[in-house]
Amino acid sequence: MLVSALGIVFATLLGFIVGIARLSKNWLVAKLALVYIETFRNIPLLLQIFFWYFAVLRAAPSPRQSLSLGEVAFLNIRGLYLPAPQFQPGFGWVLAAFGLALVLIAILVHWSRRRQAKTGQPFPTLSASLALLLGLPLATFWLAGSPLVWQVPELRGFNFQGGLVIIPEMASLLLALSIYTAAFIAEIVRAGIQAVSHGQTEASFSLGLNSSLTLRLIILPQALRVIIPPLTNQYLNLIKNSSLAAAIGYPDLVAAFAGTVLNQTGQAIECIAITMAVYLTISLLISLLMNWYNRRVALVER
Amino acid sequence: MAETPLSRAEPPPASTIGAFGWLHRNLFSSPFNIALTVLASYLLYLTIPPLLHWALLDATWSGDSREACQANGGACWVFIRVNFEQFMYGFYPEAQRWRVNTALLLLILGAAPLFVRAMPNKLKVRWGLGLLLIYPLVAFVLFKGGLFGLRIVDTSRWGGLLLTLIIAGVGMTAALPLGVLLALGRRSQMPAIQALCTIFIELWRGVPLITVLFMSSVMLPLFLPAGVNFDKLLRALIGVTLFQSAYMAEVVRGGLQAIPKGQFEAAAALGLGYWKTMALIVLPQALKLVIPGIVNTFIALFKDTSLVLIIGLFDLMNIVHNATTNPAWLGFSTEGYAFAAAVYWLFCFSMSRYSQNLEKRLYTGHKR
Repeated sequence: MLVSALGIVFATLLGFIVGIARLSKNWLVAKLALVYIETFRNIPLLLQIFFWYFAVLRAAPSPRQSLSLGEVAFLNIRGLYLPAPQFQPGFGWVLAAFGLALVLIAILVHWSRRRQAKTGQPFPTLSASLALLLGLPLATFWLAGSPLVWQVPELRGFNFQGGLVIIPEMASLLLALSIYTAAFIAEIVRAGIQAVSHGQTEASFSLGLNSSLTLRLIILPQALRVIIPPLTNQYLNLIKNSSLAAAIGYPDLVAAFAGTVLNQTGQAIECIAITMAVYLTISLLISLLMNWYNRRVALVER
Repeated sequence: MAETPLSRAEPPPASTIGAFGWLHRNLFSSPFNIALTVLASYLLYLTIPPLLHWALLDATWSGDSREACQANGGACWVFIRVNFEQFMYGFYPEAQRWRVNTALLLLILGAAPLFVRAMPNKLKVRWGLGLLLIYPLVAFVLFKGGLFGLRIVDTSRWGGLLLTLIIAGVGMTAALPLGVLLALGRRSQMPAIQALCTIFIELWRGVPLITVLFMSSVMLPLFLPAGVNFDKLLRALIGVTLFQSAYMAEVVRGGLQAIPKGQFEAAAALGLGYWKTMALIVLPQALKLVIPGIVNTFIALFKDTSLVLIIGLFDLMNIVHNATTNPAWLGFSTEGYAFAAAVYWLFCFSMSRYSQNLEKRLYTGHKR
């Protein structure tokens, strides 16, 4: 499930970037995005997972000859080793500052809305809240005496010790899922933005809004309305596709139930039924959630 | 009144016409665009030359063993050449492979009239339906054998691209009608049928295909009376078809919902019954509307055929994967997967291009 969650985040980010790049006025960028989409959309996901797993990551060097990225991160056949953050006492204050910043931002947004409604004066809410969100925890971090150490993995014996390990199964699954789904999301984003008629942009310019305000206040809210339903579909697809992990032996839901539990109990039908039930429940839950969100942003007609 | 001579027309500024103008408009129109162009060119510079070197310039094309590839640093296409027959036919006996080729030739000959523009539409529909009924039987007899003195080739020996195409073809031809029926059922006035179809569709859409395939290979035999044993390929086919028909049903339902109520009422006013209304008035319009969706589902199905690897069928994907683990050819997995990817890509991309073409040809509205 961790892979699905991470995959959704990465695929959405990459998908939005590529989708917007596809509409760029820059010919080269638009064509690059087109090639990306057409390539990855038309190759089976399983093939992509196999490619990353067997052709790229299985071909990585052994621990002793790891590829090193600035001596802090290492890539070898056993996975990607990253430095792990270790929280010292006092880090709680930073978290508290982060929470405080969130509360302050909520108050700020509320206040600026009321002020704009009363006086018509807009307040730079976005930059102010970003400053709060970053500034407050950073200041606390510095005041509390930097209570965070990075534990760098080091080669000891035959393998690396310490640090954060991303095993190759997970890395290849995550890469393939994100890249594959991002191609679909990019097309959805492009369609959504193109669905907003050009008259909206012109009307907004004639009202004197600049291009960033137009994008934020006029185009995006209308485009999101078109984007949300198919985006939900893609999220559901991604979650179901994460079951392909079984093919490369990553211990996901299918492997846990249909592999381990099945081996232990021998109750094949029950195990597969449980797996299917879990997926069905998750799918239905997400679609309920997205339907609820969709109803909120949907056009309310008479 | 003195006539002032017209001033001579100036040519447009050099920066707006010709190749230079195109460059200016599309690549260097603003500082941000210039930065993007430079970044994109750098990206291309990083990826394209090494890729070209690997795939074409430094690649090995001739020879018949892995030793031939040791000299060059690039791709070893010998690996593909040596295994090509296996990738195409799987474990189909070599002496019998003409049967597969004959079936393919028959399909091309049979389908060719459908692409002749001059042929009247009515004839096309009849020809197409006839082909749909007769061809699977002919192909099955050719592949499986047992009749007319053909040797029997067990389905477990079918493989490679042949198997991929069989699964995709059967899935497509069976899932479309089934999906249309399910969609009609879901929009039906009869509560029992509607509920049944809704539950069926949602159930299949909510689970991943590989659990469906597991189910069909593990569970289906348990429901059947003892002694009845169907083969693995058939079970996979049933699983894939039912799974895709649920998706197809949702696509078709979208089209049905887009047909204005007036069409139904007009059909009723002409005295058409339910089936005639659907077959003659509603479905032709609805299906035309959802061509992109249908082809999307077809493409998804084609890509999903690779999942039969999980239940141990040797489709293109599995056979390539198997070849890469062959001890005589270890270390050429990149070439193998690149080849498989290219084949899948070719099929999917041409399907999507064909659908765009079809959409344009069937467009009857007014273009602005």
